[in-house]
Amino acid sequence: MNGKKAGGVRRAPQYLALAAYIVFLAFPLVWLLSTALKTPQEMAQADPTWIPREPTLANFADAFGEQDLVGAATRSLVVALLASVITVVIALPAAYAMARYRSLVNRIAIGWVLVSQVFPFILIIIPLFMILRDMDLVNTLPGLVIVHVTFTLPFALWMLQGYVRAVPPELEEAAAVDGATRLRSITSVVAPLLAPGVVATLLFAFISSWNEFLFALVILQDPDVMTLPLTLARFVGPEGVARLGPLAAASLMATIPSLIFFAIIQRRLKSGLMAGAVKG
Amino acid sequence: MTATVTKPPAPPARHVRRARRSRRSREMWLLMLPALVPVVLFSVGPLLYGIGLAFTDAKNTRNHETTFVGLENFVQLMGDDDFWSSFRIGIIWSVSVTVLQFLAALGLALLLNENLRFRGVARVLAVVPWAMPPVVIGLMWKLVYHPDAGILNSLLGTDINWLADFSLALPAIIVVGVWTGMPQTTVVLLAGLQGVPRELYEAVEVDGAGRWRRFWNITLPQLKPVIVAITSLDFVWNFNQFGLVYVLTQGGPGGRTRLPMLFAYEEAFRYRYAGYASMLGLAMAIVVLTVLGLYLWRQMRETR
Repeated sequence: MNGKKAGGVRRAPQYLALAAYIVFLAFPLVWLLSTALKTPQEMAQADPTWIPREPTLANFADAFGEQDLVGAATRSLVVALLASVITVVIALPAAYAMARYRSLVNRIAIGWVLVSQVFPFILIIIPLFMILRDMDLVNTLPGLVIVHVTFTLPFALWMLQGYVRAVPPELEEAAAVDGATRLRSITSVVAPLLAPGVVATLLFAFISSWNEFLFALVILQDPDVMTLPLTLARFVGPEGVARLGPLAAASLMATIPSLIFFAIIQRRLKSGLMAGAVKG
Repeated sequence: MTATVTKPPAPPARHVRRARRSRRSREMWLLMLPALVPVVLFSVGPLLYGIGLAFTDAKNTRNHETTFVGLENFVQLMGDDDFWSSFRIGIIWSVSVTVLQFLAALGLALLLNENLRFRGVARVLAVVPWAMPPVVIGLMWKLVYHPDAGILNSLLGTDINWLADFSLALPAIIVVGVWTGMPQTTVVLLAGLQGVPRELYEAVEVDGAGRWRRFWNITLPQLKPVIVAITSLDFVWNFNQFGLVYVLTQGGPGGRTRLPMLFAYEEAFRYRYAGYASMLGLAMAIVVLTVLGLYLWRQMRETR
């Protein structure tokens, strides 16, 4: 907007601000990485250094030794996969109905999606815990899957009905004119167009479940069934005494799936939730 | 005009329409069913049950006789100092995090919307906290704040136990809250910025409007709906925050960071007062809905 000549000088404050943001966003991440690579001796030194003098991967190995990380990660993976797939499978038809039919139920469904964002989880989690206990599902992964499905469902419905709305109904009508049944028009016309949205919703549900802490904390009290976030929190211990190296290493490993999924989202999705932010 | 007198009679059409409508409604219900069953069983049901529990002396243990006690929990809550302190902390935390993260996000979104070099780096970084499990974010900042091995003391040349200090713990976790929530708000605002029509800027540029005027007269009013939506959601999410603070401080020191959610969790799952904790949840819902309602109402009135 400014002339090209003035650009360089005028932009100095902007670059300064951008640099400040980058530092603020990056410095805890850099510190996490740095801590994960340090030896216990270096950690004990009075003045901490940014770059480890003798970087080591021992903390990653130690992390596995201190807690059952492999087991916890496997359980988290199973829960998140099941929860996200079930969520999308049951949300898809309902989202289609929300987008395509006008009725009272529809408005109630939209209302529920909004309300579920506002209500404090504690109001649901206490009775839910009691119900699951009576069903003998406390301390079980199926119990947590059920909870995660119901807690990712509202947002998944919201996302999916948006994607359905983006598919013009005329396409279905055209297919109907050509003699396709409704089911056939959905599977052959709507489904392919919906695929990117379904993938995005699946990833959203997966990451929500993978990251989720409160419900897991309530439902899973036995260390043998704990998911990754719970196992990580156990690193701290009640008095906050922990070996920081393995703690940092384990934390980094827990973030990897989310980062992979976000990388996939960034590349594969041109529209939807993050479109505005992602496109260059 | 006279030709249309012989149009097909109305009643059959209405009849057909009604039949079609009932078939469509059956279809709709069938499509809704798979989602409706779990929502009713595991969300709506428990929610109503939870509201009911708030008026009982229920204990979160097996085989406990539960009796209806009316407003007893509410009366007890009103006289509970811990309740008032946790709500004060909750409001301070939620309002400061929401406001600060909004201001920071607006600044970042404006920068990312400009044609600057290195904005790609900032863009990637702005998504990372979003992808991280809150527990990991909590642990990461614990490392930053660590009194001996943390980088913050080393940078500032101080010797402070940030998360254990009575007056610094809350500000310290507010910074973490801002760090955690800013990216999502930035992404939403950036999407909003890219939806502002370019012609509007071109029109005022003819009048010689400066950068500040353009922002004040066009960008901000155009963004308003987005701003209202994201700040109200952020407020709710922040007020109901749990995992992050649980890992950072567990509500300590001396309850100085005990957000309402942590208080409710302790009551329900440590002391097993299911009825009392439910009343707490209800109080949280009322506070959130009131604050939200007032805010949205004011915003709407201003727009008109």
